[in-house]
Amino acid sequence: MGLIHEIDYGTKPSNAEKLVSLTIDGVAVSVPEGTSVMRAAMEIGTQIPKLCATDMLDSFGSCRLCLVEIEGRAGTPASCTTPVAEGMVVHTQNERLGKMRRGVMELYISDHPLDCLTCSANGNCELQDMAGAVGLRDVRYGYAGENHLGTDKDVSNPYFLFDPSKCIVCSRCVRACEEVQGTFALTIAGRGFDSKVSAGMEEKFFDSECVSCGACVQACPTATLIEKSVYDIGQPEHSVVTTCAYCGVGCSFKAEMRGEEVVRMVPYKDGKANHGHSCVKGRFAWGYATHKDRILKPMIRAKITDPWHEVSWEEAIAHTASEFKRIQGKYGKGSVGGITSSRCTNEETYLVQKLVRAGFGNNNVDTCARVCHSPTGYGLKETFGTSAGTQDFDSVESADVILLVGANPTDGHPVFGSRMKKRLREGARLIVIDPRRIDLVRSPHVEANVHLAIRPGTNVAVLSALAHVIVTENLINTDFVRDRCDSESFARWAEFAADLRNSPEALADTIGVAAEQIRAAARLYASGGNSAIYYGLGVTEHSQGTTAVMAMANLAMATGNIGRRGVGVNPLRGQNNVQGSCDMGSFPHELPGYRHVSGSEVRHLFEMDWGVSLDPEPGLRIPNMLDAAVDGTFKGIYIQGEDIAQSDPDIKHITAGLSAMECVVVQDLFLNETAQFAHVFLPGSSFLEKDGTFTNAERRIQRVRKVMHPKNGYEDWEITQLIAQALGYDMHYRHPSEIMDEIARLTPTFANVSYDLLDRVESVQWPCNDATPLGTPVMHIEHFVRGEGRFFVTEYVATDEKTGPRFPLLLTTGRILSQYNVGAQTRRTENSAWHEEDRLEIHPHDAEERGVVDGAWVKLASRAGETSLRAKITDRVPPGVVYTTFHHPMTMANVVTTDYSDWATNCPEYKVTAVQVSPSNGPTDAQREYAELGRRTRRIEAVAAE
Amino acid sequence: MKIYVPQDMASIAVGANRVAAAIAAEAQSRNIPVTIVRNGSRGLFWLEPLVEVATASGRIGYSCVTPADVPSLFESRFFDGGPHPKCVGHVDQIPYLAKQTRFTFARAGLIDPLSLDDYRHHGGGKGLETALSLGPSGIVAAVKESGLRGRGGAGFPTGIKWETVARAAASQKYIVCNADEGDSGTFADRLIMEADPFMLIEGMVIAGIAVGATKGYIYTRSEYPFAIQVMERAIVIARYAGLLGSEIGGSKYEFDLEVRTGAGAYVCGEETSLLESLEGKRGQVRAKPPLPAIHGLFGKPTVINNTISFASVPFILAEGGKAYADVGYGRSRGTMPVQLAGNIKYGGLFECAFGVTLGELVNDIGGGTASGRAVRAVQAGGPLGAYFPTSLFDTPYDYEEFAKRDGLIGHGGLVVFDDTANMAAMARFAMEFCALESCGKCTPCRIGAVRGAETFDKIAAGVEPEKNKALIRDLCETMKFGSLCALGGFTPYPVLSALNHFPEDFVPAPVRRAAE
Repeated sequence: MGLIHEIDYGTKPSNAEKLVSLTIDGVAVSVPEGTSVMRAAMEIGTQIPKLCATDMLDSFGSCRLCLVEIEGRAGTPASCTTPVAEGMVVHTQNERLGKMRRGVMELYISDHPLDCLTCSANGNCELQDMAGAVGLRDVRYGYAGENHLGTDKDVSNPYFLFDPSKCIVCSRCVRACEEVQGTFALTIAGRGFDSKVSAGMEEKFFDSECVSCGACVQACPTATLIEKSVYDIGQPEHSVVTTCAYCGVGCSFKAEMRGEEVVRMVPYKDGKANHGHSCVKGRFAWGYATHKDRILKPMIRAKITDPWHEVSWEEAIAHTASEFKRIQGKYGKGSVGGITSSRCTNEETYLVQKLVRAGFGNNNVDTCARVCHSPTGYGLKETFGTSAGTQDFDSVESADVILLVGANPTDGHPVFGSRMKKRLREGARLIVIDPRRIDLVRSPHVEANVHLAIRPGTNVAVLSALAHVIVTENLINTDFVRDRCDSESFARWAEFAADLRNSPEALADTIGVAAEQIRAAARLYASGGNSAIYYGLGVTEHSQGTTAVMAMANLAMATGNIGRRGVGVNPLRGQNNVQGSCDMGSFPHELPGYRHVSGSEVRHLFEMDWGVSLDPEPGLRIPNMLDAAVDGTFKGIYIQGEDIAQSDPDIKHITAGLSAMECVVVQDLFLNETAQFAHVFLPGSSFLEKDGTFTNAERRIQRVRKVMHPKNGYEDWEITQLIAQALGYDMHYRHPSEIMDEIARLTPTFANVSYDLLDRVESVQWPCNDATPLGTPVMHIEHFVRGEGRFFVTEYVATDEKTGPRFPLLLTTGRILSQYNVGAQTRRTENSAWHEEDRLEIHPHDAEERGVVDGAWVKLASRAGETSLRAKITDRVPPGVVYTTFHHPMTMANVVTTDYSDWATNCPEYKVTAVQVSPSNGPTDAQREYAELGRRTRRIEAVAAE
Repeated sequence: MKIYVPQDMASIAVGANRVAAAIAAEAQSRNIPVTIVRNGSRGLFWLEPLVEVATASGRIGYSCVTPADVPSLFESRFFDGGPHPKCVGHVDQIPYLAKQTRFTFARAGLIDPLSLDDYRHHGGGKGLETALSLGPSGIVAAVKESGLRGRGGAGFPTGIKWETVARAAASQKYIVCNADEGDSGTFADRLIMEADPFMLIEGMVIAGIAVGATKGYIYTRSEYPFAIQVMERAIVIARYAGLLGSEIGGSKYEFDLEVRTGAGAYVCGEETSLLESLEGKRGQVRAKPPLPAIHGLFGKPTVINNTISFASVPFILAEGGKAYADVGYGRSRGTMPVQLAGNIKYGGLFECAFGVTLGELVNDIGGGTASGRAVRAVQAGGPLGAYFPTSLFDTPYDYEEFAKRDGLIGHGGLVVFDDTANMAAMARFAMEFCALESCGKCTPCRIGAVRGAETFDKIAAGVEPEKNKALIRDLCETMKFGSLCALGGFTPYPVLSALNHFPEDFVPAPVRRAAE
């Protein structure tokens, strides 16, 4: 296993179809028109010296090492900026060019420290390589001239350091920040010899607008910007391609290793979801895997008030199995259940639901998608026929109009956010529907054409108003509707939409946005070219979440914006494998592949394969399991990698349910909040320690590869298998690939998926079967999966959660770039340097009325409960709306959220809670008690020294 | 009675405003009704402030007028052209002016720069009329026929550039005037803007019609406050008169214009840096290709030409491409406003057909040095131009003839040095200038210029002079062929010309002393 060196072609590929033939150093080559001479040379293995060129960035032409001679042309053009031409004859090496390149290198080295042997880039330095390539033997200028040696290092970023004394001013970092990330945090300050890379206005990196995505570090050809881990450990010696375990973008990374130690994670250029880009989480925040909080030994306890004691794996598994058997014996088959994890692999998720259905003998399995994108699954299945987004990420490159609803990609899905920004910089237009002024509304070189800052909870109203304009202003794509959609449902919907009660004017007050703005947005969406909808939890986590998903599907169908590149309806799914966990049959009513358990044919298929008979009745959803627990009929639960006690709404109800159970088994990396109520703790494995696959938001199935042995002893799927075996249900997989083979065998949309295929082609997007052997980037191309697209009438029904004199403000929630969801991982990394606590964003007007000052503690109270946190005064939120992130358990944000939920899927209404905010003098008593409870319930009994 | 007192920056610098005020005060106290017109300069700077009066026989001039001269001028009835020690007679008969071929600068100093009537009365606007009747392809054909080449220095055929932009398909195209006149010893752009701004506007409108551009920018420098003021006022007047805006001159064409001011970087006179700067970015050079004609301002096809190039166009359209091409030398057609500066007796602007020799320009026209000492060198084409020794004074003023002698015409500046000049110091200065003005993008210029100056210091200090001179030559090779733009690429011209033509100056001081 060696270090994967990706070829750097120097410049980007050309997508032109026309080929151009030329001769380079006597070798004929044909490349697409628009290819640079440099890249054409690389295609035939001719490496032209270069320093400022790299194929992630547009060519720049500053280093002047890549000069070549072209017959019939004057001078020595730079091969990176010169496109090929038919019949061109290029010479890349001769005496004159060699002399010139040495001349340039001589200048570089006259201003560079000569500490190669002790330099952190030693072994991986392009400057060093080029000095070798051009044969530099002497620096006749000496080293006593003006120079940049001795300039101070900037070590402010937790993950990388900036050593300007080693900088060759190639601008690769600046260009990466602009072109790849789109943050524009870096620039070159000064001119001429004084030119230097500067974060912001010559600030420290940490204090600047830098978002620590790592693109600059990756782009740097020297040790100027380098990971602190490389500085500390040294260069890696082998690497393995794997998939990030944070968000639903699913970035491919090279885990660069020294033995079993990760030296760094580098985004993989061939990764089809990220194309070599990353964010601060995937790139740097992997230190949690070795954090001291991580539990590596199984533990059990009789009561949740007892301290934990460590046991052997055998004992833990045997205890779990005997408890579940005992409970089922006493309370019945349906008294236990399981929760699958969207953080785990497809194979692991599949196994947990199989354990529940085949081992427990019921369908009491649910997953965290319940609380995020269950309305997506339901809404898109009913309208289009598939419970997933319609496009690949690359599709955004062809979008002319982007309608972004209730999503904040630059924080939540940063790598996709960067691609979206790039498209916007190219001229695509943007409509944002969000109560809050997210970064995309206005940030460097990006500005929304329309921002509909709606009142939380009025998504359906605004989407209906958009529909009204489209229908009444004749913006319908009648050909598409006639050819592709169900006419009866369309007619019903059109009549509904046209009704005056859905006009922007009628709904303007409800929505809180001027009617004319809504009309402008509708016109732009319907007639701006390729229009693509991207949305997030700001759509789904509502009492009408499913309705809103359907409303967006209606808009796409009515305007014909579906079934080709650049359009579609795209959920930005939160977790790395939330798509996969849904695909794998994690819901109580569906077997893998979204097939209802009541279907006898499907059930029969699984029964034959699994050798058991399956319950034809849907099982309990998470809220129902907890209700049943409170009622005394549900007593045992196996929770793999989910922290419902922090992530689910109405925490009081959750904790009451968990406390009422007799055996709560938590399998996780850490003693999370839910583990406080657990009787058995099974230490889980991190994504670095297992094999498997994740499926990202674009249905892309990608390999997760083991780069080290599980520190806890077992991969997560092995633990599930041990439980099954102990329960007497025989599972005997030797490798996750065998689980995937079973999935493929039983799931038509996965029919051709195998590890062999994934090793060969990196990734595929389901459906992947005989009809589409290499997967399906864009869905519903010629017809909808369900046949004809079906419209749904989407009547706006205001949520029961209403503001009033006691609770006059609306709370909505969201995420921040540096932290990830419940924060179990990111809080245990240096990412907390950016966000050490959750804060309540409040408009200056609302703050002043309440005597709240910036940074002061405030009490946040709703009908469900109250909590305290510190305030951040900002006009990002409109008056009447407050906002917080939920990454820290002490915030107890979900004490405040209510138990209202989506009518169709029970997805909680996290995004709308009527609240009051008042000054307070610190955490509430409940928060203090909770902290104390945490300390108490996390006690681990000391093992007597032998 | 009309009295002309220039408001050109050079005239103001030598007291024109005070003279104008004194004339106004004196006229009032004597109760003589006079109209003072603030014209541009004729470009005969050694005569400034050159006060002119309109008489029946033509314009009579009074040179180097000071406020103290004003009472005596009135005594002499200068307003009727009366005799006075400072009288230089009929201005258009002053040999320096009479010898010129003023195609482009015909109205400079003659008219009130902001009077459209004056402009039209002296032939202004005819070019646009013809242009409107010819249409885009006819305009391009006329400009091609004229043989006009870019007057900023590169000498690229203007007609071909326009044709490229005209053929590029785009939703928006731009016309950009490079008026960031930064070469030492040059002032032609400023003179045009201050003396005849409508001509520049007319030239740019014609360019807009020719290529299908509707928006233009004049990028000039903060050191030209009067030019900025005059241009901005002229643009407003032109808009009111229908020469800018929609339906220009009653046609279907539309074009508008604004002035943008640079912040002092020499490199922003380089066309791609200029475009970056116009876009609000750092003035940093772009790699070519793509050419600005295809991918210019804001990524759109853009005609970017020097002020003089645009200013030459109204004549070409009015009189025909042939009339312009009829004069000149070799492939250098038409006229060039040569700007005589430095240590020269008659500093000023001399517009003439190409082909006159360098020696004629310096000695016959310019009258030799101002110090009266022997001419030692002439730097032609700005700070990046070569130093010509007097032995090359037979060189005809022509792009190709200059190139043959490792020199360049550039923007038409000639800076004269007498025999006290230390050419080694001048060579070092070229490196220092490059280091000071480098945008910092490409390595040869960014680091090379600094190392060049350091190496000259070593030579001066007697440190391995031969080895270091060889190093300078290698460095010049790297800079000339390796630099991204002409700043680094042309710095070797002054360096190597000094080294080649004046080797005696590069003997280190200790060695020189020893030899004496």
